[in-house]
Amino acid sequence: MSHADQVKDPEKEKRKIKAVQKMKEIMTAYYIEAKTPTEQTGKKIAWITSGGPVEPLIVMDVIPVYPENYGAMIGASKMGVALCEKAEEMGYARDLCSYARADIASAIVNGGPIGGLPKPDMLICCNNICGTVLKWYEVQARFYNVPLFILDTPICHSEYSPEIKTYVEKQILEYIAFLETVCGKPFDYDRMKEVGTLSIKGQRLWQAVLDTTMHKPAPMTCFDAFFHLALIVTLRGKQEVVDYYEMLLAEMQDRIAAGIGMLPNEKYRLLWDNLPVWFKTRWLSEKFAAHDACLVADTYTSGWCSSMQYLDENNFLGSMAECYTRIFLNTGTDDMAKRIIEMADKFQVNGLVLHSNRSCKPYSLGQYDIQRIVQEKRGLPTLMIEADMVDERIFSESQIETRIDAFIEMLK
Amino acid sequence: MEPLALFSEIVRNPGTYAAEWKQRTGGKIVGHFCSYTPEEIITAAGALPFRIFGKSTSISKADAHLQAYSCSLVRGGLEDALAGRLDFLDGTVFPHTCDSIQRLSDIWRLNIKDKFHLDVVLPVKLNTESARSYMIDVLDKFKTELQSALSTQISDEQLKSTVRTYNRIRSGLARLYALRRSNPLAVGSSDVHTIFKASMIMDRNDFRIALEDFLDALETGESLPDDRKRLVLTGGLCNMPDIYQVIEASGGLVVWDDFCTGARYFEGVIDDRGDILESIADRYLTRVVCPAKHSGIHNRGDYLLKQVKEQAAQGVIFVFLKFCDPHAFDYPYMKTMLENEGIPHLMLEIEDQVASEGQLRTRCEAFIEML
Ligand code: SF4
Ligand code: SF4
Repeated sequence: MSHADQVKDPEKEKRKIKAVQKMKEIMTAYYIEAKTPTEQTGKKIAWITSGGPVEPLIVMDVIPVYPENYGAMIGASKMGVALCEKAEEMGYARDLCSYARADIASAIVNGGPIGGLPKPDMLICCNNICGTVLKWYEVQARFYNVPLFILDTPICHSEYSPEIKTYVEKQILEYIAFLETVCGKPFDYDRMKEVGTLSIKGQRLWQAVLDTTMHKPAPMTCFDAFFHLALIVTLRGKQEVVDYYEMLLAEMQDRIAAGIGMLPNEKYRLLWDNLPVWFKTRWLSEKFAAHDACLVADTYTSGWCSSMQYLDENNFLGSMAECYTRIFLNTGTDDMAKRIIEMADKFQVNGLVLHSNRSCKPYSLGQYDIQRIVQEKRGLPTLMIEADMVDERIFSESQIETRIDAFIEMLK
Repeated sequence: MEPLALFSEIVRNPGTYAAEWKQRTGGKIVGHFCSYTPEEIITAAGALPFRIFGKSTSISKADAHLQAYSCSLVRGGLEDALAGRLDFLDGTVFPHTCDSIQRLSDIWRLNIKDKFHLDVVLPVKLNTESARSYMIDVLDKFKTELQSALSTQISDEQLKSTVRTYNRIRSGLARLYALRRSNPLAVGSSDVHTIFKASMIMDRNDFRIALEDFLDALETGESLPDDRKRLVLTGGLCNMPDIYQVIEASGGLVVWDDFCTGARYFEGVIDDRGDILESIADRYLTRVVCPAKHSGIHNRGDYLLKQVKEQAAQGVIFVFLKFCDPHAFDYPYMKTMLENEGIPHLMLEIEDQVASEGQLRTRCEAFIEML
């Protein structure tokens, strides 16, 4: 971190993304509002899973809060181990998802960087990302004793069947009825249209931001994307998301025009798979950068626009079922491999880095086959890193360092 | 052969049994991993539903596909298949349950060739009207897909008569539990375990007959007193390691459980009148859930307390496989529910098929001693 009294390196300054400041302001304001007592804001709070349909909450003026986003913050501020250990004391096995463990413990001890999340008035759990969230939200439903809505989006191993379509579409209506009951007011369908339009706009802009790294040199890396992602996750459907990503996109385009890459000398372009290792993003980013290797894209941050193709701008509510069911993680391993290959082609990468994430089975199991498929189809070198997104105890720095070095040798 | 000897023989060599069955009947064999597999439909199609237990203990081939943080059932099952130990299967059915099974299905589909592969993507929620109609749709779809995979037709009559066979098997297994409770010296938990395993492998008609013979003979016997401590087991042992010997040798007497390979396997009768697929769905919807499914937030805890009381049990042992997320998530709240009622409990996490017996035994003995 550069301190004001240090002489700033103009080379480094040039590469810094200016929008970062604005992003921090927005997120701070968001958490301040969320932590303001409901009596003052007049707004209810919903905890929602990262892949969950947030737009109807925005319509209902409910503040969405994301335990997974908080999990990421806990990981990034290296407060994960203490909270995970607390959860383990409570009887939660060490092998469980570290977001879940951190959140469950944080609820009890008001832990983490902002001293705990505000208490929910309702819980919205969409299992399109994993079965873990179902169990985790059951835990919180017992703890907080508040209504739980489960949006059950069956896995599309190889198809989005008519049966699945009917089932999820019915549940979207149940979801709205649930919100009407909990909020005690009717759902505003006109407002839904506006929010839907903003959500699509936000997703398109986010995709456009991610697409700027197709340019060589890439104006940002996936480590930057991990940071700028927070808005599309938490405030999708709001005007400020659109405004922010417009600004970020303009900055990226300026960088491209000025020939500014995130790395001074981009030699290798790599693709990242799975969640970030939140407590080691800086270390990893510097490690790869030292080899002139730029992680230009990743499967994680694009997850929030991975099923945009199924959204119908003129019928947002009607197309929501399909869009939320067919996200990247809720498809078969072969479809995931296919998408990774598409990304590899699109971003013209020289290799693939897979984070085998101890916490996240739906993301990680199947990676060995994906690795094989990518090697077969594209002959790309791959690197598998064994780690975890929050639990620092599952990270062997020296071992990973050696593997990264060896991997870079393969790229040469 | 005596029924019990027959069951043991089959359980010792399920592959041999399956191959012989195939030769004898010319029928097809359908593998699966889970009690949410609609076995009735498979049997009605003239095929043999065969539960895969993942017997492999040394994993080599599966390591190329699965990280070490998957449970031993998932790894062992894949190892069996890759090593050719399941070659007698004509296809495999994967009902959706936990995240590990979800991805195992993908990996299986990509790597186990020349066999059919069916996903039965059941709802996760089991307590809503829309989930019920989705469940019925999925069963119907499964029936259609199975018919084409096996090139056969399933008539309603066949399905109903198969359901009646399963109802009889289930009531037989319930009798077996009652017998173990009333006369534990006549039938021990290890025998019960063997019988359950056999019930998931054997030709269901043959099994029903053998089971009923076995029960008829035993039920006439005189009950002897037994002063071992009465225990309820909870959790899941998807790959069915035999932990009963350890528990019983430590002075415990298992009177009930909520295993999908135990009480949950036989609980619930399927109504054979009316729409049969709806009836099959309704059994799944009313039975106590697997922790990978949802039916309210206290479903499994309430069931456990009820069983402990009804069976007048003195303690509870939680047993699950390492890396099993759904069970691990339920453990803290269920344990708290027990503690609030002053019911002692013990937790055993089993790493693989051959659990380290010595250690388990020490812990069981200490626990049972304390009761
Ligand atoms: S990290 Fe994986 S297991 Fe954990 S909540 Fe996210 S998707 Fe689910
Ligand atoms: S033991 Fe647990 S993780 Fe393994 S298959 Fe069964 S439910 Fe899934």
